Amino acid sequence: MNSLWSVTLATLVKDIRLEWRSKDALNSMLFFSLLVVVIFSFSFDPLAEESRHIVGGLVWVGFLFASVTALNQTWARELRNQVLDAYRVSPAPANALFLAKALGNFIFVSVLEAVMTPLFVIFYNVRVLGPAWQLLPVAILGTWALVVNGTFFAAMSLRTRSREIMLPLLLFPISIPAVIAMVAGTTSILTGEESAHFYLVLLLTYDVVFTTACLALFGMILHAE
Amino acid sequence: MTEAAKPAISLSNVVKQFGRFAALRGVTAEFDAGRFHAILGENGAGKTTLLRALAGLTQPTQGIISIFGKSPREACRDIGYMAHPSLLYDEMSGIENLRYFARLYGITDDMNSEEVIREVIQNVGLDPELTRPVGQYSQGMRQRMSLARAILHDPKVLLLDEPFSNVDAHSAQAIVALLRGMRDAGKTVFVITHQAPLLEGVADEFVWMQAGQIVDRTVSLARTAGAEDVQ
Repeated sequence: MNSLWSVTLATLVKDIRLEWRSKDALNSMLFFSLLVVVIFSFSFDPLAEESRHIVGGLVWVGFLFASVTALNQTWARELRNQVLDAYRVSPAPANALFLAKALGNFIFVSVLEAVMTPLFVIFYNVRVLGPAWQLLPVAILGTWALVVNGTFFAAMSLRTRSREIMLPLLLFPISIPAVIAMVAGTTSILTGEESAHFYLVLLLTYDVVFTTACLALFGMILHAE
Repeated sequence: MTEAAKPAISLSNVVKQFGRFAALRGVTAEFDAGRFHAILGENGAGKTTLLRALAGLTQPTQGIISIFGKSPREACRDIGYMAHPSLLYDEMSGIENLRYFARLYGITDDMNSEEVIREVIQNVGLDPELTRPVGQYSQGMRQRMSLARAILHDPKVLLLDEPFSNVDAHSAQAIVALLRGMRDAGKTVFVITHQAPLLEGVADEFVWMQAGQIVDRTVSLARTAGAEDVQ
């Protein structure tokens, strides 16, 4: 257990250091999201009331598409110079690598959300009518739902020839329940029309189920040829 | 019987199939502990596949591999593996790379990890104070740092794939001297190379591979009469 957390922390620190030096994932995610905000704001000119109904969907779809670039980058780094083989021949637990990658992606996508959310608020003139604090658990649980499956499927598509196309094909269908919960939960908080409690429970359940499944199966993925 | 006299590695009828292509075709062999084995053969002879199977990176389609009585995955603490690519992060310096890999092997601060890492870097003839990223190293420096990563956890068995490729003669001799020292210290060393003359007088055994099989084992570079024709 000690070794699990020690290796997880070492791998997470290493990934953050590599991202800090290259900024590959963050730059591409930020640029992509900025384009989404600008293009959507030119495409629609909603009233404040309409904004509250559609902005939840726009935000999460934007983040979902943007996060795919970070998820691909995470593993691409391990393929250069076949560094992943150095991990595979070591006695380090497979799950430590998975947890570190998922936590790293969670941090990168959270940074993206922190930067982009104020822009969404400004461009769409959004005012929250429900309990605004509930947006935080929706964001945390929703982001984890995206990155935990994304990290797993990105690892799974590592050895496929067209892995950048494979990842969205695998990730998007399985993310549908989580995306519905994120969008509906955000919309219900923004409009204040209904409680987001059900969607929070749904997201929490989704996260627990898929985190457990990914942890149980990752060793097989890592050591597959 | 001392450990140095026991077979370190045994392979029993090991087959590795990639689709319809057999990279290893029923390899059966024993290799003694504490000896230097040079693996020779043409491209496509199965040398790298054999080394990857010994390192636990590829599972044999058939047959058994045993390293000190354990499977390669179970024996991973005893194995140091150096591949043709560097297995290092180009964006980090050598010492940053080794600090990370030290953690994977459970070499922590309580075990004077910093001292261990610096010593290993010095042993391969590099400067631990070098701060530039590995991506800016010369090919020879990268090979040495890759070797440092492989020996960092003081493994009993070293599996090295082409450690002398793209390395100048002086650096190659330095690596040979280091490997000889490790063999003399009781390590079992496997080296795949196309520069066999570098190991003449150093390697205890030359293992010749051809078409996925071991076709000859000699103590010098001179082949056993008739062995060249074995298929």
